[in-house]
Amino acid sequence: MSTNLHFNPNPLPLDQVDLLKKFLAEITSQVDWAGIRYVQEITHWRGTRDEKPDINSLSIEKGVCIEVLLGGQFAYGTTSDLSPAGLLRAFQKARDMAVAIGRHGVFSFTKSHRPTVTGRFSSHHNEPLDQTSLAEVTDFLMGANKRLRVSEKIVNSQALAMIVDCEIRLLSTNGTDVEQKFLLMGQHYSATAQDGGEAQTRTLNGSLNRCYQAGPEVFDKDRIFVECERVGREAVELLTAEECPSDIRDLLIDPDQMTLQIHESVGHPLELDRILGDERNYAGWSFVKPGDFGKLQYGSKQMSISFDPTVTGEYASYAFDDSGNQATREYLIKDGLLERGLGGVDSQKRLKLPGVANFRSSSWNRAPIDRMANINLEPGHAPLAEMIANTKKGIYMQSNRSWSIDDYRNKFQFGCEYARLIEDGKLTKIIKNPNYRGATVQFWNSLKALGPASEVQTFGSPNCGKGEPSQVIRVGHSAPPCLFSNVQIFGGGK
Amino acid sequence: MSTPKTNPFCETANGHFSQLCEDFFSLLKEGEDATCNLQSEQQDYLRFNGSKVRQSTFVQQHDLQIQFQSRNRRLDVNAQLSGHRDEDLLLLKQLLARAREEVQVLPEDPYLVPMSNSGESHRDHVGRPPEARELVDYLAECTRDTEFTGLYATGPMVRGNRNSRGQKHWFSSDSFFLDYSLYTLNSERENKAVKACYSSNQWQQSEFLQDLNEAKLQLKMLQKKSKVLAPGIYRAFLTPSALDELVQMLSWGALSLGSYKRGQCALAKLYEGKEQLSSKVHLSENFDLGMGPQFTPLGELTPMQLPLIQGGKLTTLLSNLRSAKEYGTESNGADLGENPRSLELKPGTLTRAETLKKLETGVYLSNLHYANWSDLQNARITGMTRYACFWVDKGEIVAPIKDMRFDESLFRLLGAHLEELTAESRIIPSTGTYQIRQLGGKKLPGLLASEFRFTL
Ligand SMILES: [Zn+2]
Repeated sequence: MSTNLHFNPNPLPLDQVDLLKKFLAEITSQVDWAGIRYVQEITHWRGTRDEKPDINSLSIEKGVCIEVLLGGQFAYGTTSDLSPAGLLRAFQKARDMAVAIGRHGVFSFTKSHRPTVTGRFSSHHNEPLDQTSLAEVTDFLMGANKRLRVSEKIVNSQALAMIVDCEIRLLSTNGTDVEQKFLLMGQHYSATAQDGGEAQTRTLNGSLNRCYQAGPEVFDKDRIFVECERVGREAVELLTAEECPSDIRDLLIDPDQMTLQIHESVGHPLELDRILGDERNYAGWSFVKPGDFGKLQYGSKQMSISFDPTVTGEYASYAFDDSGNQATREYLIKDGLLERGLGGVDSQKRLKLPGVANFRSSSWNRAPIDRMANINLEPGHAPLAEMIANTKKGIYMQSNRSWSIDDYRNKFQFGCEYARLIEDGKLTKIIKNPNYRGATVQFWNSLKALGPASEVQTFGSPNCGKGEPSQVIRVGHSAPPCLFSNVQIFGGGK
Repeated sequence: MSTPKTNPFCETANGHFSQLCEDFFSLLKEGEDATCNLQSEQQDYLRFNGSKVRQSTFVQQHDLQIQFQSRNRRLDVNAQLSGHRDEDLLLLKQLLARAREEVQVLPEDPYLVPMSNSGESHRDHVGRPPEARELVDYLAECTRDTEFTGLYATGPMVRGNRNSRGQKHWFSSDSFFLDYSLYTLNSERENKAVKACYSSNQWQQSEFLQDLNEAKLQLKMLQKKSKVLAPGIYRAFLTPSALDELVQMLSWGALSLGSYKRGQCALAKLYEGKEQLSSKVHLSENFDLGMGPQFTPLGELTPMQLPLIQGGKLTTLLSNLRSAKEYGTESNGADLGENPRSLELKPGTLTRAETLKKLETGVYLSNLHYANWSDLQNARITGMTRYACFWVDKGEIVAPIKDMRFDESLFRLLGAHLEELTAESRIIPSTGTYQIRQLGGKKLPGLLASEFRFTL
């Protein structure tokens, strides 16, 4: 049989689970509560550049995070040494630390914050890894390179696949037993065109933004190759495009940029640990105050956003977070009104506010913190064509290439790869270096129309960074095209 | 105080790594080669919020990355090791079997760099950093009433490199950093904060308290009502920490040969001589800083001193053997991403005493935040002011400012608008902790600019 994408030499064997359970039974008398989270993650990076192999890597991450509760304090010991001695060392470090924290903890937690849960989750996929050969994937990526290179002016064509096969097992001294399995596919395609001093890059929906819970069926030649040819052409078009004007006008944003807009200016400021100040030495605080829930008109009446880890196929779907909290869909913002923040059980108790099941970690070697999962903007009723037709003076921007926002998540500036002017209801000139800036609440209150359900697109990213020590997490976002009035736009130049 | 010894964790990791490499290399057949890179750490991470502990995490990990070559093909395989010889060797055998399978179906790699022996090197930076639990009481007490928030990271870190041609490199460091901020409310009840970082390989109470007290003093100055600036152009002084946020952008391919060839290099115009920086700008890689290994994952040794920008001209781009082969040039020992690891910007002559006087009227920027390219080809960066930033009038600090968004090109800031660099430099260690605690750092002076552009 030919070499396929399946590679899992040591799936968590039952005797290993028994060993972890036995270990928990042995330490139970020394703590108020303890949990073990076992994580195994097998990742393929498969990349080609200009029809030549660029990256071929295969990694196995494997280890445990032991969470100890003693005297009101949680502490975490993590290790890749799963022998009884290795587990014991990680446990003892966590236990000693819980004691040392003692009266200096931010809150006194109890066993009730880690209730007993049992359950299973397995992400959906059509095709299994063992039915797709490595040679097919390589050919596919090289084929994509070829389609991206529509002209001699393309100096760089890249195709990249990130395939993750992940298994998480959560066990605890009070009988929690949760098993979750994920098959995750990420794709990135980009073309850079250059002529003289000008260079422009165009990608399929931004950098590694095509991320889904799926199988190898995502390597769909018919669809991806056509899109690669389009972005190749668009990169070349940008070489002779006009610079983005500097003025104030209506801004129509494509779903692939809306996902970034939602992520940075809604997702992060609503994280309860940011509101609590946990993150203020690193990623930052939040302009949102605990008293704003139920009161702040975050955006226009047409803005409704949900936290939804239950969507089949979206990148950050799951059934339980890392504290065993069962994941459910919740409105964060309804009809523009701020309703609920993004915080797991620990933050909910500290703030005395409702939250969601989002206490998540990047892997076995990090403690969970409040994270986004799938954060989705609900559709409206205005088809894209109609929004364009109704705009006298506007611009339509696509695909993120630059992002920056202040540490309270107020003043943002985002740059896109590609834009078209909208003049008297029609798409006209192609525009290079399109940027826009604004302030979060004012901006969302200028949202005046959203595309219908049929125009919603879903993307994802493996790279949301946060935390001390730092960690990246997988997120998913979906949105329709959206029209905002009177936004400050501008172009490039020294 | 007695001299610190090598941490036992480093010694155990070294023993395990050499044994495992020996075992693994002995399995290789004719025509097969491998390079092994080890990244190991044993870290205590302790996170504070408001002088209280939010979270503590102990991490022990051994991350092994193997580049396998055969038949002009290559596969990188990575595994997290248990630290037990039999178990780890079994895993490596499984990975080797997979690698052998893959090289049968992967296409030939035209830029493959055959392995060779670059020799041996060994450096241990010993230390005696305190364990996290020893500091909980102390930090909670001495920072009371400052809303002290931040991260203490401590423990040994190792990097090892060996290949089947006999090459052996080793680097270890046993150190800590305390990266923190203090908070206050100003007269308008707005949040104001100051940032500091204390790092070393041995905790010296007096050093830490000096840092802390300086931060507390700045905090007092932040209690005044903020000045609101209108968008526009201002004279500005950037401390080494503020400048670091901009220099950090050079790690996004701006000094990379490969990225230049692929149209993604922010300093392309500088390299081609279409732009020029001030003759005061001298930027080099300097491994004498001792903050990270001189060897790369390919096993190349970067020169101890590697000038990149000299007198405002970008004379050298970072390149590794792989891109040297692709583009027909010479390697200068860059890492896989061809990004700088130990940058030093040469200091100037501006003394601390003169700084405010020479700034005259403008902004004093202690820290910048969240930089990103707003126009890559023009090396234009947007970002925010953060922490202790002040309005200075006639050489005197008058008031803190409300945070502003900047959007400014390095070609202007380090070019025509660079007035002076400070005589004093600061070593800024990397405090990155994604996946594993990072090594490396920079040495930077402060910068006085005649123009700095705020946009929002
Ligand atoms: Zn994020």
